Amino acid sequence: MISFKLTDEQEMVRDAMRDFAAEALRPIGRKCDEESKLSEATLAQIWELGLVSTQLPEDFGGAGEPRSPITQALVLEELAWGDATLALAAVAPAAFAFAIADHGTDEQKRQYLPLFCGASYHAASLAAIEPGPTFDVLRPNTVAEPHPRGFVLCGAKCLVPMADRASHFLVVAQSRDGLDAFIVPRDAKGLQISEPEKNLGLRALPTAGLALDRVEVAASDRLGGESGSDLRRLLAGSRTALAAAMVGVARAAVEYAVPYAKDRVAFGQAIAQKQGIAFKVADMHIETEASRWLVWKAACQLELGLDATRSAHFARSYAAEQCLAVTDAGIQVLGGHGFVREHPVEMWYRNARTLGVLEGTLAV
Amino acid sequence: MINFELSENDRKVIEGLRAQALVARQYARYYDENEHEFPPDELEEAKNFPSLSELLEGRTDQDTPISVLGMLIVAAQTWGDYSVRMRRERGGLGNAALRAAGTPEQIEKWQGLILAMAITEPGCGSDPSMVQMSAVLDGDEWVLNGEKIFVTTGCRADGVIVWATLDKSAGRAGIKSFLVEKGTPGFVVTHKEKKLGIRADDTAAYVFKDCRIPRENLIGLQEEIPKHSSGGFRNVMKTFNMTRPGVAAIGIGMAEAALDFTRDHLRDAGIEIEYGGGIHGASAVVERFRRLEALCEAAQLTIWRAAWLSGEGQPNNMEASVCKAKAGAAVREITQGCIEILGPMGVSRDHLLEKWFRDVRITDIYEGTGEIQRMIIARGLFDYTRAELN
Ligand SMILES: Cc1cc2nc3c(=O)[nH]c(=O)nc-3n(C[C@H](O)[C@H](O)[C@H](O)COP(=O)(O)OP(=O)(O)OC[C@H]3O[C@@H](n4cnc5c(N)ncnc54)[C@H](O)[C@@H]3O)c2cc1C
Repeated sequence: MISFKLTDEQEMVRDAMRDFAAEALRPIGRKCDEESKLSEATLAQIWELGLVSTQLPEDFGGAGEPRSPITQALVLEELAWGDATLALAAVAPAAFAFAIADHGTDEQKRQYLPLFCGASYHAASLAAIEPGPTFDVLRPNTVAEPHPRGFVLCGAKCLVPMADRASHFLVVAQSRDGLDAFIVPRDAKGLQISEPEKNLGLRALPTAGLALDRVEVAASDRLGGESGSDLRRLLAGSRTALAAAMVGVARAAVEYAVPYAKDRVAFGQAIAQKQGIAFKVADMHIETEASRWLVWKAACQLELGLDATRSAHFARSYAAEQCLAVTDAGIQVLGGHGFVREHPVEMWYRNARTLGVLEGTLAV
Repeated sequence: MINFELSENDRKVIEGLRAQALVARQYARYYDENEHEFPPDELEEAKNFPSLSELLEGRTDQDTPISVLGMLIVAAQTWGDYSVRMRRERGGLGNAALRAAGTPEQIEKWQGLILAMAITEPGCGSDPSMVQMSAVLDGDEWVLNGEKIFVTTGCRADGVIVWATLDKSAGRAGIKSFLVEKGTPGFVVTHKEKKLGIRADDTAAYVFKDCRIPRENLIGLQEEIPKHSSGGFRNVMKTFNMTRPGVAAIGIGMAEAALDFTRDHLRDAGIEIEYGGGIHGASAVVERFRRLEALCEAAQLTIWRAAWLSGEGQPNNMEASVCKAKAGAAVREITQGCIEILGPMGVSRDHLLEKWFRDVRITDIYEGTGEIQRMIIARGLFDYTRAELN
């Protein structure tokens, strides 16, 4: 049945996240961007919300609440509305943890899930993206060749979040069986982590490249063990999560543009009263809404255990395009003031462009 | 819970209607090329198919609420053809207006008639507050004078709800609606438009010259002009919150038809659409097609959203305009893009794609153009009155 009804609990969570984002993230986002440095205190504060651990099974230290991609999408929109960089940094470990929870073997769950159930932030990341202009997430150049004790990984990754501190990486690679992911500890032989990358947006997010030079992993380190895992489903979840964050960024731009345009006067009238501006803002709102419903649709399919490949594809490609267009228009509404760093809109524009090239960074 | 999956009962309705729509589609070209013939209210094949009410039997609260399902129903029908339906509901826009604003007696008396709705005049369309047609009370009769254009089902209708002003200086508050039956002296259908698309839909022009109608034909029977408000005008405009999502859905049905047609022909040519990958692994055609599909889904979801809110009894003024604006633009881009993808096949009148391209163009025009929708949305966002943003 088609319904847009949030459960009471989802409404509560969303409202709580909205308040949290306004109080804890929005005021500090710009400072982090300027310094290209996360606020560790904020990271710890978000961790306390239990966004990762509550949805992990009790047996492994979690709170055992049912995994809900829909709720997670709602949360991500709100957090990214506050600040996308802090949101990504805080929730990036979920991409690793949820992958293990959803696709891992019992042994993998036992070994890794407790890491994310402690009181302090624990980083581990999914490494999907590769450098070079022709990257396609379904056709990675990183390969996993069979080896007597398991696999040997060769290739390169980039834009790996929290790479400065992640204890493990879940490396997406092409194996003989198709697309697979492998758990690689930070100190694995043959793994080199690059200097921090300097990116257009999400500047405070510590990302780095991974060089995998014949990294040996055991057969049991393949996600899902012998049977492997459904990487398409995993990637669909990550795309839905990224799209949810993009909706948050777009909404931030709309909500910033509205009062500004009402207040700003040109030619004796609020610029909001000029159709050139009014219609632009209307379009910003239309596309933010449309993007959100695509996210909800993909999240709902994931929640129901259906194949969400197509809707997650749509959610991500549409939201990426529109989040960029919306923040772009946001700058235009502010004119020169949109171009200067006194206002957050230029940051959202950079963040939007950067979010649009990510894969596998988040999870719902 | 948030959900966008059709239940089994939902699917039964939509698949059932699509099967019927496919039959209706066989007549689409004929009525497009023979502009001034009307498709029948019911096709001969109808006896082989269940009625809508039969398809709707046995629904439970686990099924999509009827407010939203209605949008899918409309789209399933126009997926076949805009004008040719297995069975056509007898009734026009005027019937909806009568139901919304008429007294119980008026509804009872006229609901059996097919009623068109005539607001637009040669001199005013987007701004209905500028209606010039006049109504003057003379004894127990109203005397109507003026012109109306672009009246949908204007030829076939048994009567029409017309907007006329009692007092031009009173602005919107002075505008009232009246029922005029066909055959009333002084009321003439002057001509029928020839159009880009939706050609089987008759679009008529009317002239009213000293046309006398009974005093009771004033819809709602409110003769006085309120001094400090827009009168019933605002309420009448609210009926658009109900009809705009439907109009958007009409367009989406045809856009879906265009996408299905294009997908089928790409498949015949050995091109499968793959999802989940990036742009490097896809051809330009596949990427273009995927984007058009995403656009279609996005527009469709905004329609469901507006309809769902109305079903929940929540305000949906902004959302109705969001979906109308979104769909109005999306259906054009989709049909334009499908033609680009299929090239010569797209423009050939041997196929229906070129017809869908023409038919969907109306979506962004009637019931308020895309610009008017954006104005409504902006007023909502900025909390502006009509005077502050126009
Ligand atoms: C096939 C068809 C069926 C129709 N059926 C009916 C019917 O059944 N009943 C009925 O009453 N009418 C009907 N209409 C009329 C339709 O609703 C109007 O055509 C429509 O509202 C636009 O009005 P207009 O044509 O006068 O254009 P105008 O109002 O002259 O507008 C021209 C252009 O200016 C733009 N514009 C106007 N005002 C503004 C503004 N304030 N800000 C920015 N841009 C603006 C418009 O968006 C448009 O792009 C029908 C029209 C067609 C073509």
